[in-house]
Amino acid sequence: MTTTEAPDILRRILDYSSRPDPYPLYAELRRTPVARQEDGSYVISTYRELADILHNPHLSSDVRNLAHPMPSAEGAPVPAFINMDPPEHDRLRRMAMRHFGPPHTPGLVTGLEPTLADIVGGLIDDFADKDRIDIVDDLAYPFPVTVICHLLGVPREDEPRFRVWVNDIINSIGYDPKTDPKEKLDDGVRARQNLREYLGGLVEQRHGHPSDDLLSRLANDDGPDGRMTDEEIISTANLLLIAGHETTVNLITNGMLTLLRHPHVLRRLRDEPDLVVPLVEELLRYEPPVHIIPWRAAYSDVTVGDTVIPKGSQIMLMLASGSRDPNRFHDPDRFDPGRRDNQHLGFGSGVHLCFGGPLARREAHIALGQLARRLDGPRLVADPPPYRRSPVLRGPIHLQVERNGG
Amino acid sequence: MTSADNLRAFRRDGRIVIVGASLAGLRAAECLREEGFTGSLTMIGDELGEPYDRPPLSKQVLTGWVPADGTTLPRRRDIDAEWLLGVPASGLDLATDHVRLADGREVPFDRVLIATGVRARPWFVESEAELDGVFVVRTREHAEGLQRALAAGPSRVLVIGAGFTGSEIASVCRERDIPVTVAELGPYPLVGALGAMIGEVAADMQRAHGVDLRCGVKVTRLEGDAQGRLRRAHFDDGSTVDADVAVVALGGIRNTEWLRGSGLAAGVWGIACDTGCRAMDLNGLITDDVFVAGDVARCPNPVYEYRLISLEHWANAVEQAEIAAHNMIHGQADRWPHLSIPRFWSIQFGVNIKSVGVPTFADEVVVTQGSVSDHRFVAAYGYQGRVTAAVTFNNAKWLDHYRQLIETAAPFPPPCPTPDQPVDTKPVPVDFPGPLLLAQGATVVVTGHDPGERRVTAAHQHHR
Amino acid sequence: MRVVVDLSRCEGYAQCAFLAPDAFRLHGEEALMYDPEPDDALRDRVLRAAAACPVQAILVDRLEGRRIPVEAARS
Repeated sequence: MTTTEAPDILRRILDYSSRPDPYPLYAELRRTPVARQEDGSYVISTYRELADILHNPHLSSDVRNLAHPMPSAEGAPVPAFINMDPPEHDRLRRMAMRHFGPPHTPGLVTGLEPTLADIVGGLIDDFADKDRIDIVDDLAYPFPVTVICHLLGVPREDEPRFRVWVNDIINSIGYDPKTDPKEKLDDGVRARQNLREYLGGLVEQRHGHPSDDLLSRLANDDGPDGRMTDEEIISTANLLLIAGHETTVNLITNGMLTLLRHPHVLRRLRDEPDLVVPLVEELLRYEPPVHIIPWRAAYSDVTVGDTVIPKGSQIMLMLASGSRDPNRFHDPDRFDPGRRDNQHLGFGSGVHLCFGGPLARREAHIALGQLARRLDGPRLVADPPPYRRSPVLRGPIHLQVERNGG
Repeated sequence: MTSADNLRAFRRDGRIVIVGASLAGLRAAECLREEGFTGSLTMIGDELGEPYDRPPLSKQVLTGWVPADGTTLPRRRDIDAEWLLGVPASGLDLATDHVRLADGREVPFDRVLIATGVRARPWFVESEAELDGVFVVRTREHAEGLQRALAAGPSRVLVIGAGFTGSEIASVCRERDIPVTVAELGPYPLVGALGAMIGEVAADMQRAHGVDLRCGVKVTRLEGDAQGRLRRAHFDDGSTVDADVAVVALGGIRNTEWLRGSGLAAGVWGIACDTGCRAMDLNGLITDDVFVAGDVARCPNPVYEYRLISLEHWANAVEQAEIAAHNMIHGQADRWPHLSIPRFWSIQFGVNIKSVGVPTFADEVVVTQGSVSDHRFVAAYGYQGRVTAAVTFNNAKWLDHYRQLIETAAPFPPPCPTPDQPVDTKPVPVDFPGPLLLAQGATVVVTGHDPGERRVTAAHQHHR
Repeated sequence: MRVVVDLSRCEGYAQCAFLAPDAFRLHGEEALMYDPEPDDALRDRVLRAAAACPVQAILVDRLEGRRIPVEAARS
């Protein structure tokens, strides 16, 4: 199941010039479902194999289980649970979930819905009289960061500082020592440090002062799993912030781009607001915010299909490719909001399934629904739009839209 | 006319009768229409009302959250059927192709699907079973009655039988803060389905939730008062328990009596069929026009050495219904085999218990992931050195991996360590109360994902 | 409206319990309990829950509003 041409395809996928349309390259990649690279790492690109390995208990998310760890800007004393394995992963995720969702806080997301609608409504009001808007800067970017600050309990006046750090950190995620300037990594390291210090200060203030925000609840709660240490709270908040932000920006922006490319669907959405629900699931399949899980580690020898991946190997999971696999989805390159049996890999699968998925869904439902209703005759200014560097968290850096009369 | 013409004519205006209007019957009817059957469709059922779902009856309904008549099954599509409800079928005449109803009517068919399911096994002494406060749970009426009895705040509930249903009912009682005694003939709860090691965990769970669990005892007599209300239960060890509600949870009886004399291989174990859900006659010959699905079907599973297995599992009923429906309107070359690995779940004492495979087809069991004491773990079952089943307690996200191990006849114990390594990784004897199964090695593996491409291939034996 | 969940497929991701908490609840950490006939007022939420299920285990009645009554036997 291995081949020598696969490494070249992966290189082309990671190359910036492929960002607007990596899908034909994914199709080439899928000819080798489990492809060994020259450096000994493996790339998995087909749906069945991805779904299988995401449920495989021999796969590790702990960097220490890689035979050759890669450089990272993380620099945290304790990793976030996304980079941990059970049982520690499960324990920390459970403790965070106590304050975010069922079984202990089942009404959080539905309770946030009016707030989400207000924030989106306010942002759209702000550009109501502009002829040309940027979906990213004017809506998709400010929206989730406002929501996460609200959830965590970050004071409004600190939000601008927050945004700068988040931006630097996200830029450093795709750091490639071969092509990127060293400053990119340094900026990321510095921003992470600043953010951690800032969050640490907030957590400190929360001790003994219980309030309704997530940081306060984490700092003061004694559940069946005990209490998180301050370092664990900071890492968790960091994770929710970084993972929950860029992904939502991309989901909304990719969504608007897709709608503008399918004007009949956009028209339908104006008439049938309920369509946004299956439409967002189809977006998560067709233009997902997370294209790649850059690495997982083989904790012991892992069998995928006919391939045995040796212990310690780095495994790259091409989720967006799996969601376009014609062996799983009929006519996979067609955007079909009415698609049934849409078990996409947009949020991953298994124990690491996206923690904030339900919130992201509601953010996307509300943002896309309101945009469809309130933007009159929107037109793309540039197609394709300019993209961010990252092949992992893939999405436009700007999405200029002109509206009627513009 | 060629057989292809015959088949086309049958699909266009043939007559299909489905006996049993519950989950399997309904899903089969929907599939027949979905796959283009436009002839006449008759649904025969002994209960009145639309098909409803049974698993919630021992859970959401008994907690009082959902009303007993609030579990009607959603429809996948319209089935355009004639419904003959409230009268059971009483006979099947394969010479004239008629189903007889208890009220004397006769319903002709070209092809028939039998999905008559199981009924609750009643308490063995009829007069005691009729005492006020003695319940079984199978139908919505049963659940409604028991729910009302629980809502009235009984002083104590006695659950007779600690299988899945009995354990779920005990869990509901504790959730409602009702004192409960569970009487089980075997050494542990769930032992008959999952073996001694898991049974011990189930016993811990029950006791930790305040259940008065009594294993290795038999209830010999249910005693009523002058008004005919249950007051007390007597055990074979001479002890007694005062209770005003008793739930008899001793499993089910397959509804096959009406097939006596039909010439089909029907009996207490169910109706034997092939993997295409075609019924077998008494001679062991496969019939062409009689199909079986659901709890009443006794179907060979190639993964388990072609043993005839009947399963009272929700997913099995749906999958067999789909296979049977497909095969009823297709020719031999286009038929599908039912090759799913069995899946099951139970919800009790705050724990999600799930299984894949056939845990009773095993000689050893080993904890492969997680912590038994935290009630978060995966246990794999093996037979003669290959994986045949797995059970998860609050670890369902890993279960699909074990399905693959079963389908590929992977070696047991699974050799590779995982990050969530249990304290003890030594396989122990599975220790079922019944006789051990006698067979060797894997003969087959299952391949394919969609029902149309599921196939069995011969396998070489694994060596340890 | 009518709903059934194939709990043998359910892996306990609880997306439904986030999006329609009145109709879908977790019993303990992972086990799903649900209302098979939730109030019509919950319709939007239930449809969101069904769409979001990662294993597509939630079936919502597709005949809603055009039901043909089941005829009881004349006995």
